[in-house]
Amino acid sequence: MSRKIPDKEYEKTLSFRLKRWLDGTKDAFVDTVEMKEQEEFKEDDTVVINRTKERQQRMARVYDLANNLGISGFNKLYRIFCVCFCLFLVLMLLIAVSFLPAYGHPENPVNNEVAKRYIEDGLQETGSVNIVTGMILDYRAFDTLGESHVLFIATCTVLILLRKDRKKDEHGNNIDVSDRIYEPKNDVILQTAARVLVPPIIIFGIYVVLGGHLGPGGGFSGGAIIGAGLILYLNAFGFKKTERFFTGKTYKILSVCALGCYCLAKSYSFYTGANHIESIIPLGTPGAILSSGLILILNICVGIVVAGTMYTFYVMFRKGDY
Amino acid sequence: MAFVQNFPFISILLSLFAGPISSVLDKKWAKRLNLFVIVAIGIMSTAVLIFVLGSGQEYVYTMGHFPAPWGNEIRVGILEAAMALFFCVVMFLCVIGGVLERELEIEETKHNLYYIMVNLLLCSLLALIYTNDLFTAYVFVEINTISACGLIMIRQTGRTIEAATRYMIMSLLGSGLLLLGICFLYSLTGHLLMSNIKGQVALIQAAGAYQVPLLTAICLMSVGLAIKSALYPFHTWLPDAYGYSTLSSAAILSSLVSKGYIFLLVKIFYRVIGFDIIKESKVINVLFVFGIAGMIMGSVSAIRESDIQRMIAYSSVAQIGYIYMGFGLGTTAGIIASIYHILSHAATKSLLFIASSGITDASGKSNDFFDLTGSGYRNRLAGAAFTVGSLSMVGIPMFSGFISKLLFAQAALENRHKILIALLALAISTVLNTVYFLKTVIRIYTPEKREVVIDKGFQDVAIWEQSSKSIAMICLIALNLFLGLCSEPLVALIERGLEMFA
Repeated sequence: MSRKIPDKEYEKTLSFRLKRWLDGTKDAFVDTVEMKEQEEFKEDDTVVINRTKERQQRMARVYDLANNLGISGFNKLYRIFCVCFCLFLVLMLLIAVSFLPAYGHPENPVNNEVAKRYIEDGLQETGSVNIVTGMILDYRAFDTLGESHVLFIATCTVLILLRKDRKKDEHGNNIDVSDRIYEPKNDVILQTAARVLVPPIIIFGIYVVLGGHLGPGGGFSGGAIIGAGLILYLNAFGFKKTERFFTGKTYKILSVCALGCYCLAKSYSFYTGANHIESIIPLGTPGAILSSGLILILNICVGIVVAGTMYTFYVMFRKGDY
Repeated sequence: MAFVQNFPFISILLSLFAGPISSVLDKKWAKRLNLFVIVAIGIMSTAVLIFVLGSGQEYVYTMGHFPAPWGNEIRVGILEAAMALFFCVVMFLCVIGGVLERELEIEETKHNLYYIMVNLLLCSLLALIYTNDLFTAYVFVEINTISACGLIMIRQTGRTIEAATRYMIMSLLGSGLLLLGICFLYSLTGHLLMSNIKGQVALIQAAGAYQVPLLTAICLMSVGLAIKSALYPFHTWLPDAYGYSTLSSAAILSSLVSKGYIFLLVKIFYRVIGFDIIKESKVINVLFVFGIAGMIMGSVSAIRESDIQRMIAYSSVAQIGYIYMGFGLGTTAGIIASIYHILSHAATKSLLFIASSGITDASGKSNDFFDLTGSGYRNRLAGAAFTVGSLSMVGIPMFSGFISKLLFAQAALENRHKILIALLALAISTVLNTVYFLKTVIRIYTPEKREVVIDKGFQDVAIWEQSSKSIAMICLIALNLFLGLCSEPLVALIERGLEMFA
């Protein structure tokens, strides 16, 4: 039980003094420590004027780049040093490379059991005819998961740097001028060419994405092709038309879905793999379009992310307000 | 396999997935998600740490259905789990400490982008800590670099954009060198998995073959990571990046980002190449020299700086120098001291950044040294926190900095050739640290005249006015005292972790 103590006694306690110090009503040092007023720092006006004049002269001397021997000398030395350093680095790396195992030799340390299993058992274990796809999306899927997030975060960084939020004046017009007003409007040659080219480009991109486990291709290359098709369309028809189907919001939703799908699918396979649970995903017949387990889905996810990234970069660099 | 053993994998995936999710959330929910993720990962890391301490041995977690040299794997030991826990704690405090600054300095619609960066940064740190594969490490180094850039330029002023550009250039150079080093190692050994590379490197060393490319690979990786963690001659990007970015970014960058790279370097030393080969290769002597140079030159630059945030940033250069000096001693004791210094510097530097923003809040947001006169009375908690941080950096007993300096000195005694230089550098650097930190402490506790305070419009800041910042500062002070007072079990933990590591 705490009992109430008289105020006088309370004022002597530590907690009271701490509270007073925290409140700032009483300074712990005032009246207890001898304090001397500091003398005010005084300067003659002439001294101040001289000092500023000196500083100005010094700055003028320093920034007089044409006649400043120190800086021009430093710049020259800097260049010479740069060249020397680069030459040294090149020479060093060349020497180091010359000591590496000969290129393409069958006895090289690179040709070990790792590569052997990828090549010999890759088809059986991943169900993917394209061994490279099998490697990046099944054997080493964790790296590719990181890699697709690299693309995503690069887009986010570009958005941080370049996105301007639309500011409107009282009439509801945009104040910030984006590149939209400079758009080549209705350029016949470009539009005709785009009308012919864009559909095949996008369809080819989709083909490359979907056929990633069957032949050369995959999410990264196919996504780049689709992105190029979108950029061509944007160039020909302008922001107004593309925004009917692709805005910043579309990009966000698409990339969240794609990356989320990738994360969940791979979490399942990581979890089952590490806990030695049999995965229920069938590998299918190698060579069929619906085969090789998760690889097809992952390719589609990566394709979406890559296409969105390319398109967003382009829009941002054209000062589009997404 | 116990369910706890899944936690490292779940933490990596959770923070990775929280990134894209934040992009569709609004500001409030993105922040909540971010804090939830950090807390959840902290709790999971604690569970993992307890599990690993109980079982007494590290374990391997296969990422997928294929065993290690073919698939990816992560490896969890005492040191990894402890680091993950510590990074989560510091990151949580940094994020809540800078809430008010973020409100002011970040555009309204870009808040969720900020939390994407924080989530993915945390993910990449965790992956760097846990991974057992060099290429996975490289992928997450990329994520780390880009998200750090985003953190710097989220406050959109000319200064931060310039700083981010500098950071990008230097950091990409570092990444490039690291990648070259990994390529060299791969063509020598045919593996990317750390344990397998170590076996192959031992064979190569025994046979005496490929000495030149092996040395080149070690050099490239060490220099690459040294550039990325701002070792002395490569530090020029650092003061701008830390000095002008928003508070929580500065705190996170200085206390965590560079530490992730240093931890990766420890990993490369111990787990990829083998510490004996590193010692023979003399690369550590180079790190030693540059570490010493950093310890002294960083402090000298800090003394000449009159902007308090930049002063603290330059002090980071000196502290990174300490860590590399510990590597350079070439003994296990040196590495233990370095790892302890990673912890103590992370706890202290984030405290200093938050406290310095507290005292500048009480001085009309001015970073100028002379405007800070008497600010310790206007914002008492921030003043106290700054004092604690300074005393810790200087190395006063009871605080964490003392223990790391003691460990460095003890480690130096074991190395016959470097003892004199290391001890002298420690002494000189401590004196220089004292000059600029205590100068600031005296300045903030020098009473300012009433008229001047009123004239400049400085406001008093009470503790509860900036509650989030106060909580962060109090927790960081406690963390500092904990590191300073309970060092013995921690050092034993690091020692056990390192034994497991090799």
